[in-house]
Amino acid sequence: MSGQSSGGGFLMSVVVHGDSALNEQEKELNQRLRRLYPAVNENETPLPRSWSPKDKFSYIGLSQNNLRVHYKGHGKTPKDAASVRATHPIPAACGVYYFEVKIISKGRDGYMGIGLSAQGVNMNRLPDITFAKAGWDKHSYGYHGDDGHSFCSSGTGQPYGPTFTTGDVIGCCVNLINNTCFYTKNGHSLGIAFTDLPPNLYPTVGLQTPGEVVDANFGQHPFVFDIEDYMREWRTKIQAQIDRFPIGEREGEWQSMIQKMVASYLVHHSYCATAEAFAKSTDQAVHEELASIKNRQKIQKLVLSGRMGEAIETTQQLYPNLLERNPDLLFMLKVRQFIEMVNGTDSEVRCLGGRSPKSQDSYPGSPRPFSSPSHKASSSQPYLTGFDSNCCNGVTSNKSHSSSPHSHKPCPPGSGSTLPASDISLNGSRSQQPITRGSSTAVMSKLPASQSNDVDMEVDHFTNGVTESSSNGFLNGTSKHTTEPDDCDADMEVESAQSKRQLCGGSQAAIERMIHFGRELQSMSEHLRRECGKNSANKKMLKDAFSLLAYSDPWNSPVGYQLDAIQREPVCSTLNSAILETHNLPKQPPLAQAVGQAAQCLAMMARTGSGSCAFASVDDYLH
Amino acid sequence: SVKKLLKAPAVEPEVTATSRHYVDRLFDPDPQKVLQGVIDMKNAVIGNNKQKANLIVLGAVPRLLYLLQQSSSSMELRTECAVVLGSLAMGTENNIKSLVDCHIIPALLQGLLSSDLIFIEACLRCLRTVFISPVTPVQLLYTDPTVIPHLMSLLSNSLRTQEYITQIFSHCCKTPEHQTILFNHGAIQNIAPLLISPSYKVRMQALKCFSVLAYENTQVSMTLVNVLVDGELLTQVFVKMMQRDQPIEMQLTAAKCLTYMCRASAIRTDDSCIVLKTLPCLVRMCSKEHLLEERVEGAETLAYLMEPDVELQRIASTTDHLVAMLADYFKYPSSVSAITDIKRLDHDLKHAHELRQAAFKLYASLGSNDEDIRKKITETENMMDRIVSGLSESSIKVRLAAVRCLHSLSRSVQQLRTSFHDHAVWKPLMKLLQNAPDEVLVMASSTLCNLLLEFSPSKEPILESGVIELLCSLTQSDSPALRVNGIWALMNMAFQADQKVKVEIVRCLGTEQLFRLLSDPDTNVLMKTLGLLRNLLSTRPHIDQIMSSHGKQIMQAVTLILEAEHSIEVKEQTLCILANIADGNTAKDLIMTNDDMLQKIKYYMGHSNVKLQLAATFCVSNLIWNEEDGSQERQDKLREMGFVDILHKLTQSSDPNLSDRAKTALQQYLA
Repeated sequence: MSGQSSGGGFLMSVVVHGDSALNEQEKELNQRLRRLYPAVNENETPLPRSWSPKDKFSYIGLSQNNLRVHYKGHGKTPKDAASVRATHPIPAACGVYYFEVKIISKGRDGYMGIGLSAQGVNMNRLPDITFAKAGWDKHSYGYHGDDGHSFCSSGTGQPYGPTFTTGDVIGCCVNLINNTCFYTKNGHSLGIAFTDLPPNLYPTVGLQTPGEVVDANFGQHPFVFDIEDYMREWRTKIQAQIDRFPIGEREGEWQSMIQKMVASYLVHHSYCATAEAFAKSTDQAVHEELASIKNRQKIQKLVLSGRMGEAIETTQQLYPNLLERNPDLLFMLKVRQFIEMVNGTDSEVRCLGGRSPKSQDSYPGSPRPFSSPSHKASSSQPYLTGFDSNCCNGVTSNKSHSSSPHSHKPCPPGSGSTLPASDISLNGSRSQQPITRGSSTAVMSKLPASQSNDVDMEVDHFTNGVTESSSNGFLNGTSKHTTEPDDCDADMEVESAQSKRQLCGGSQAAIERMIHFGRELQSMSEHLRRECGKNSANKKMLKDAFSLLAYSDPWNSPVGYQLDAIQREPVCSTLNSAILETHNLPKQPPLAQAVGQAAQCLAMMARTGSGSCAFASVDDYLH
Repeated sequence: SVKKLLKAPAVEPEVTATSRHYVDRLFDPDPQKVLQGVIDMKNAVIGNNKQKANLIVLGAVPRLLYLLQQSSSSMELRTECAVVLGSLAMGTENNIKSLVDCHIIPALLQGLLSSDLIFIEACLRCLRTVFISPVTPVQLLYTDPTVIPHLMSLLSNSLRTQEYITQIFSHCCKTPEHQTILFNHGAIQNIAPLLISPSYKVRMQALKCFSVLAYENTQVSMTLVNVLVDGELLTQVFVKMMQRDQPIEMQLTAAKCLTYMCRASAIRTDDSCIVLKTLPCLVRMCSKEHLLEERVEGAETLAYLMEPDVELQRIASTTDHLVAMLADYFKYPSSVSAITDIKRLDHDLKHAHELRQAAFKLYASLGSNDEDIRKKITETENMMDRIVSGLSESSIKVRLAAVRCLHSLSRSVQQLRTSFHDHAVWKPLMKLLQNAPDEVLVMASSTLCNLLLEFSPSKEPILESGVIELLCSLTQSDSPALRVNGIWALMNMAFQADQKVKVEIVRCLGTEQLFRLLSDPDTNVLMKTLGLLRNLLSTRPHIDQIMSSHGKQIMQAVTLILEAEHSIEVKEQTLCILANIADGNTAKDLIMTNDDMLQKIKYYMGHSNVKLQLAATFCVSNLIWNEEDGSQERQDKLREMGFVDILHKLTQSSDPNLSDRAKTALQQYLA
């Protein structure tokens, strides 16, 4: 920005260098803060990163990115003391919070005070100084260099630690679990200074005589004191507390509750054979017919492998009134179908000769119940945000219950899939789950006439296509001949496949089909709006999906995330929940609900100042 | 033989029948039945101490050992025998004694030569149980020199062999000789990899091995610092084991290892692994949240770590309120525990002595160098009262630690003047000196030396309590430390003392003993004796009086010392005595009439060491001092002997003190 003038070359390079050093520091700071305080949600409660130029007394000067504090008053009497607070208060979700201050110069008398204060405390004094009469502000805590005393909301100090002076590094650690504070000097803990601290304290320093200069380290540099070791101790303590949570006499109750949770989870996600085996060995009843579970499983598998057309088809077949009563859900499914067409994975375009990139076809695992480390942000959301939140994409589920009994065609014996227990833990390669082509075809042929439109006709047609092409082994293009559609491709070729991605799998016919489908979608949207009124979520969904066509390489576009297989999961779970609701079954398994509640509870603890939430991450208990 | 065994006494009749049945079955001719009998016995004795005692009395042990050693026995039978024996060893100390008396150790060690791992493990398990008992003489492990190398070779066999063998080592390594034997058989290389074993028990026992191996052992410690475990320095492995999320036992033992390595000079005291890791870890161990045993061990180890280093003492004194934290060590058994919980009271009582002595030790170490720390300690609640009562506790360990603490604090001039006097600490101290083991005597007399310094207000009351006799008797002790302290205290007492006190010291000590001390093999004793002489020979009337009664012997002793091989310090001190004698009125003649002595003085005036030159010149200066009777004759005599020439030379000395002293002396000739 600066340095346009020809003479400023040198200066400019210095500035640029400074900037990059600054960026480097910024990066280090962010990394360290994330590592130290992973439970803090900085959107809600930002961490202190520097002193606040607004929240200081006028005798305080700031420099070096608001990290260095110097005294610029005349420093004649204690009344000339001045303080500065950090930009933000310490979030409770830190669990344990720590910052350090290096004494660059003790100035004339070395009357530096380091500590904490609440908002509203008069900045015209050291953190709780002494040098004046009583009536000092409440909620101000400091450790003073000249006498080593600690001051706690009063004018008189207590003998606390050694004195400190030029060259010393003083650290201040706030334990938000037991609301205590201790200081460190040159890396040595000096012991508890304050107890019963109030919430929302700001790191604060106060100076009182000319020449006093101190530098803060909020995480910009490694700390002299081994704060991570201290945090390890508290993490262990909190976790031991959780592990040893007393359940007393209710042990049996406890066990059966956990078994119920596991069983309902298995049923919910349609792991029928596992659910059956589990129920049998734990002596429980399954609250859903096996056939029903298998049907849901079939649909989920189609959604998760990107075969939306078939999925919609099958849903309509098995649950005739479901989508009719949930036009928004149907719309969402169709939009997803459109995206899969762009992707080249939807059955309709695949049969048009498009070669499907395997990466898009393969699906990483079974439904992802909880966050998995690699896809935290996107996949965990619908589950972790708990009770009432409708699964993303803004689909509002109107609680329509289909009372009509469904005529399920029971799966032929042996075609029911079994899920190895280990698979619950995500991302594992899945055991082969053959889709019985026979039954699927049979279902297709029974399509009710009333539902027929272009799409359905096409689907019917394509279903056959899939059957043919899959036996030709088009799925992987590596001449792996398989007689069954294999939705469990190995992940190995993912990388090489990335480069070959083409719109709709590269087939012109498929592109045309996609565009045609898009128009239908457009008109469906308009129809919906007329019938049900405006729906901004639907509108945005459609807009985002169509935006894919605006880029020559949709996968690397700003809206390319939609093409990620991960995005099928919310769709899948929304559909699954809707189906379950029609059976009067919970749309979320109790286990996921419990996990969501635990996460909510932790978030609430963070908001209400219970620091132990920092060391009780739900994720730690989900492997 | 079964019948005979049954005659054993002290078996309760109702149990005897079943117990006897178990033993009988060991003698069955059918090996299968014997095996079943042993298995049944195994199940019968688990957790049943009475049953164990009965079987031992009924003679099961020799039979089991016989079966275990028979090569004709099946491997299964031999293994089961070892298991039962291991179970019997788990009982009372009496059980262990009986087993050891039956020579179980050589039998089991023999068993280790087998190739069957399960059997070896059973033998090791039993050996482990026997060896960790305090009643087993550890020497039994070292009787057969082939045992240690064989145990080393078994270390690689399984997690169990590792756990048992390292546990045996850590319990049986009690002396420097044991350390050397284990070291020479490759203990370090063999055990180091176990520190990263997947089994916590193995890691822990391996760690314990290193702590006992490194204790006061420079060779081991020096080797340890260079050992790599999986590419990582051993010290770093120990540091990781001290992390605050590790079990306390592991943190504490790792801190001990590093402490011992540091005290053996293998790690510097300013190394960050000591300053920033070991020391804080040990301070943490002293905190209230830990078990009493851990707090005792933590405090003792910390005291040992920082004893020689003032910087560590300073850091510890400000870490986590340590000084105040230790005050809690004196609060056991607490009044709460007495009322609410008998078990807790018992536990507290058991550890109360240990806690107190550990706290005293740590205070002693903390305050051994720094005046500010001493002040902080004495200002701790009731500190002086605690020391005073500690000095007269029944537990010798507490008495010793209390006097150590008092000794450490007595190095403070300020404390001597104030708190020591206020609390009349000299009283219990004198009492302690009456009849105490040497260990306590050394500390107590050393403290007494400080209390007898001239500025100490306790000096007078101590003198009046008849301490001189006691101190004189100490100078006759066999222990050099006690002789030094005795004579040192007398020296301090004689400093600027009344004539009466000086006479009393000489009378009580006796010239004979005084001269014996002047030829003491311990230089410290010699130095302090010379110091005593010097203090006795101060102020003119005292000099003349003592020299008139003991002049001959003193001159003789001075001659002997000046002629013998001694350090500069000893000779300097002796020349100073001579200078004091030269300051007397009549005493001067003892030198002036002794030409040999004058030649010696002349010799030292030309010595290469300035200190000796200075002392000798001082002596001459006193001899020729003008205002005294006969100074003219003395001046003339010394001039004739060539002293003036030497003095002229010395005025040119580069040492300002020496040239000044020589000039002052020469001025006497000018007047």
